[in-house]
Amino acid sequence: MTTVDKAAKWARTRSMFPASFGLACCAIEMMATGVAHYDLARFGMEAFRASPRQADLMVVAGRVSQKMAPVLRQVYDQMPDPKWVISMGACASTGGMFNNYALVQGVDQVVPVDIYIPGCPPGPQSLMHGILTLHDKIMAGEIVN
Amino acid sequence: MTWEDSHAQDVARVPGEDWEAFARAAKEAGFEICADVTAVDWMRQRPERFEVVANLVSMQHKSRLRMITSVGRGQPSVASLTPIWPGAGFAEREVYDMFGIEFEGHPDLTRILMPDDWEGHPLRKDFGVGSVPVQFKTSHQVS
Repeated sequence: MTTVDKAAKWARTRSMFPASFGLACCAIEMMATGVAHYDLARFGMEAFRASPRQADLMVVAGRVSQKMAPVLRQVYDQMPDPKWVISMGACASTGGMFNNYALVQGVDQVVPVDIYIPGCPPGPQSLMHGILTLHDKIMAGEIVN
Repeated sequence: MTWEDSHAQDVARVPGEDWEAFARAAKEAGFEICADVTAVDWMRQRPERFEVVANLVSMQHKSRLRMITSVGRGQPSVASLTPIWPGAGFAEREVYDMFGIEFEGHPDLTRILMPDDWEGHPLRKDFGVGSVPVQFKTSHQVS
């Protein structure tokens, strides 16, 4: 692993732009993580990009319904490489408490997921721990994108 | 056509063919708002399987009225209230999506909650829950 690789990884982790994909209640916790008290700006991530073309991290925060799944996939496809996906909350990870016809049972049926964060909703500390774990994995080279 | 009183709420049971006429009369009488249109699936408990329920609100008279009609199995259909109250449009689409009851005269009767190519009507009593079997919990194996 060369110094250039290390520098590239360092740059990627230190300025990861999240694409806002808050779907339901977990979005509130994601917003709470972004604002003053649990500040995502200290990791360079407070700018949630509205356009997927400018984002590299998709935080799927909330329930993914059957009708939303193709939309989710399209937004994921529009993100340029390297890109990562965090599945935030129980509903995004496994369908949560809604084991029924209306929801996709886990967003990993639609997009490849790098980090799963359990919780209903996960508190800001949990989301931040997930994001920092993703940063560590990228720095360690475990996720090669 | 019968009047009922359900816990101090006015309920009118209207035969299917009078649905639209009664609704127009109600609007003339001052019920400006159609708050909701919904349905009940009685399955085998009643000869006519479905009931369509419309909730009307009158601001000028400060009162509410519920209209109920029974709709049979087979090809369940009833007159649409959208020409009378445009706001009923989405509610009737939801009833169509969830129960399969068709509304004659609706400008755009398509699915609203489920994807357009979904098969089946989820809130009917014979539509499976759609749950996926999970560890440590037995669930219905459904279609």
